[in-house]
Amino acid sequence: MLSWFPQNISTFGGDIDSVFSLIYYIVGFWFLLTEAVLFYFLIRYRRRRGQAATYSRGDTWSELAWVLIPVAIVLALDLGIDAAGGPVWAKIKEQRPPGGVEVLVTGKQFNWNFTYPGPDGKFDTADDVTIENELHVPVNQNVQLTLRAKDVIHSFFIPNVRLKQDVLPGRTIKGWFNATKAGQYEIACAELCGFGHYNMRGFLIVHEADDYQQWLKKQWPSTDTAAAAAPAAPLAPAHS
Amino acid sequence: MQAVAEPLHGHAHGEELSFWRKYVFSVDHKVIGRQYMSLALFMMLIGALTALLIRWQLAWPETPVPGFAWVPEPTMFAGVVPPEFYNALITMHGTIMVFFVAMPFLLGGFGNFLIPLMVGAEDMAFPRLNMMSFWTIFTASMILVASFFVPGGAAAAGWTGYAPLSADPQFTGVNWGINLWLIALALEFASFLMGGVNFLTTAINMRAPGLSLMRLPLMVWMQLTAAVLFMLSVGPLVGGAVMLLFDRTIGTAFFQPARGGDALLWQHLFWFFGHPEVYVVMLPGFGVLLEVFPVFTRRPIFGYKAIIYSTIGAGVLSFVVWAHHMFVSGIDPRLATPFSVTTILISVPFAIMVFSMVASFRGGSISYPAPMLFAVGALATFLIGGVTGIFLGSAAVDIYLHGTYFVVAHFHYTLFPAVLFGGFAGIYFWFPKMFGRMMNETLGKIHFWITVVGFNCVFIPLFLAGAAGNVRRVYNPMQYDFLKHLAPIHQFATIATVVLLIGQIPFVINFFWSLFAGQPATDNPWKANTLEWATASPPPHGNFEKVPTVYRDPYEYSLPGLAEDYLPQGVPAPAPRGV
Amino acid sequence: MSSVAIAEHPHADSREFTAQPLGKVGVWWFLASEIMVFGGLIGSYILSRIAAGGWVAERAHVNTRIAIINTIVLVTSSFTVVKAHAAAEADDRERTRWFMLATVLLGCTFLCIKGFEYSREIEHGFTPATSLFWSFYYTMTGLHGLHVLVGIIINFALFLAVGGGGWPRIKHRIEYAGLYWHFVDVVWIFLFPLLYLA
Repeated sequence: MLSWFPQNISTFGGDIDSVFSLIYYIVGFWFLLTEAVLFYFLIRYRRRRGQAATYSRGDTWSELAWVLIPVAIVLALDLGIDAAGGPVWAKIKEQRPPGGVEVLVTGKQFNWNFTYPGPDGKFDTADDVTIENELHVPVNQNVQLTLRAKDVIHSFFIPNVRLKQDVLPGRTIKGWFNATKAGQYEIACAELCGFGHYNMRGFLIVHEADDYQQWLKKQWPSTDTAAAAAPAAPLAPAHS
Repeated sequence: MQAVAEPLHGHAHGEELSFWRKYVFSVDHKVIGRQYMSLALFMMLIGALTALLIRWQLAWPETPVPGFAWVPEPTMFAGVVPPEFYNALITMHGTIMVFFVAMPFLLGGFGNFLIPLMVGAEDMAFPRLNMMSFWTIFTASMILVASFFVPGGAAAAGWTGYAPLSADPQFTGVNWGINLWLIALALEFASFLMGGVNFLTTAINMRAPGLSLMRLPLMVWMQLTAAVLFMLSVGPLVGGAVMLLFDRTIGTAFFQPARGGDALLWQHLFWFFGHPEVYVVMLPGFGVLLEVFPVFTRRPIFGYKAIIYSTIGAGVLSFVVWAHHMFVSGIDPRLATPFSVTTILISVPFAIMVFSMVASFRGGSISYPAPMLFAVGALATFLIGGVTGIFLGSAAVDIYLHGTYFVVAHFHYTLFPAVLFGGFAGIYFWFPKMFGRMMNETLGKIHFWITVVGFNCVFIPLFLAGAAGNVRRVYNPMQYDFLKHLAPIHQFATIATVVLLIGQIPFVINFFWSLFAGQPATDNPWKANTLEWATASPPPHGNFEKVPTVYRDPYEYSLPGLAEDYLPQGVPAPAPRGV
Repeated sequence: MSSVAIAEHPHADSREFTAQPLGKVGVWWFLASEIMVFGGLIGSYILSRIAAGGWVAERAHVNTRIAIINTIVLVTSSFTVVKAHAAAEADDRERTRWFMLATVLLGCTFLCIKGFEYSREIEHGFTPATSLFWSFYYTMTGLHGLHVLVGIIINFALFLAVGGGGWPRIKHRIEYAGLYWHFVDVVWIFLFPLLYLA
């Protein structure tokens, strides 16, 4: 099923895909085993002349062991799955590696607004630029996201990055990612937000280094673009 | 409330009732159970219709749905579903199926019909309250159906009704549709609170002599657990529904972030109820399976006590997993770990139940009439739903899968087998008891095979769509380049939906034909042990000629050394072989 | 099982596996679900209030004195319903009637005072839409008031039944009504400090 996932272009996407794979194989094994045992019983114990059913209640510990031991193994494997997934979750949602470019994302009915702080590196200043539906980032650099919503709950979803975060009116949420491959990728809204929900199609444009410089020059023609491309100062933890 | 010294029904025994009091405003739990079932089947038609329209739009976006050109604007446009109506369709599909099909079918229908019979009682503890509970949900259903016809259309904020989308009419364009939706839900909750009081009081207080709790049929245990779960979890959402209605109508600030309200509060209130609710609808479905299996394997259920303890454990745990629906919702990320752990733990009782059910086939002498086909189909298919839940319970993987078709496929793979396959198994099994006639076996088999193949063909593709990142509740996924390759998947699923719906026709024919012309049923056509089979088919008013006494556990099949391979609970001494 | 029950009425409907009659078991389950309704609202209120920093300015405008009077009224009515139940147990029809009437009148007093309180607040411009504090205030006390109203109706119906043809058949229902009335009182015991004292 992993082959159906869109191409991963993010540093942490591979971790998510790995946990998915782990679950897939563990769960797939148990699923096939259980179905096989079930169908074996269903066929083997079909009503047959001269074969009476066995009166077995499964209420002694030795009989119950046939159920409880597999369940214990399932539990152990489940806890292993949690142990594998926990650090991945923490890496993406609880910690944020410092540095990189900053973008303010605002979801609204029915598009994504991306606000760039400009060469001064600060929001709410004169050189901020807001672009609808286009998230421009440099390749191989951290992107620090500040996520907001204007009206209702939306969900910011970049499938190729394996990033999803609901955005809430009245709250500011932090996120991050680091794209490893240049190109154009789609952004979708993953939380029903009204009749235009299906139409909230945005684009992540990951630029190679030179290309990114070009783009910066285009947005802020009169300023020193080298300063604008410098990584921002280290930031506080993800959840504020 | 019933006094000890007063006749149950408010009339003397032997007095003949008018048509209205016998068939419409009846206080007899058997009539009420059938009324619930009829309501559920009617609402299922509407729910199935919504599914058809949704799937058509996904497969062939913005093309006219055959046969729907008559629907007036602005609901549809010459047979084409517009985005506004699409959102109403997905909302109403979920709401109708969970609250107005699954619950009335399994709890209102089977629970009402079976509990007094299985415990050896004459009727429910509070027959008039029982009648009131049916007419309450009937009213709720009419209000919900009416909401399709108000200006602005039906509710369109999802069956989950997240605020602030649902809290302000300007966000959806729907005004009275969502208000009526809230009122219908509140009435539905009231109906099942009334029912729950009845179920619990009856099963606790009115059991036949000798029927201890550990001799109760598992169906009764499942209904009781469902009733307790519902009664203890719905309260906060009742409060939430009042809060949402007030936000929409009198300007309160509960879910208005600009005025201090909190968008997440609704989600907590909803899912605190929402998670136990899915077990409320699943457990009675399991109850059907647990009654059908021993009868057609002719051996006891494996691990009766283990199943009971697992059910109770799952019920308790269901109150502490709700935030797994909210991993990426904006809650403190540190909460994800504890909720991931509780979610993983809840798979333990379900694994015990499923493995015990599988073990219940070993050493059996198994036959496969229609009820057994559906019951086995339910178990085999439910497994897929169960295991795919593991993916979603891992917060890290849920980052990607949340809000995609993977979730949709997962919950259809748990709900459909438990509610519909289980429900159909129950109908084929208890139809003789309810209506005094047997259903046609050939039509039943046809119904089964089309349903099981059709269902899997609809929903397996949706796992793939979800894996590909297809977000849910989107009017036209083909807007996105990265989803365009899924067009054949959606078309396949839609064709399978049509086949699945057509496959229900044999059932409808069978049901109505058998009602009038089915072979008359004996008291105990399946040679089963539980008390409902110890009386006539259908049971007379008052259920039993005299109060039964219970002598043993419910699943004593194939006891060695006996003449018969079954031993009913109400029979004192078994006939030994050779006599 | 109650031997009285079997002697009086040997039908399935009178079997009592627990020592409690059907009506009492039913009422307790109903109250359990009601606890969750108010619990959800009260929990949401508490969490919202803490997150918002206390709402000190808002809550200064509630009228604690009126609420103290109302608390006394409601607690007294719980006392009268207890006396009604005791009188019913003692087969004293007249006393039962009078104490049920007293309970009804006290309940009506509570609602009248509450209505007066609401009208004063609305006059001063404090409506449910004023702020989140007031949204909670009106919703919680309003839902509670609705429950008081239902209780008054039940108690009044019993008052009439005791005086009319219901005695002694419905004696035990006084206890069930009392249980519900105590629940309504207990909810107020929670609401009062949370809205007026904190």
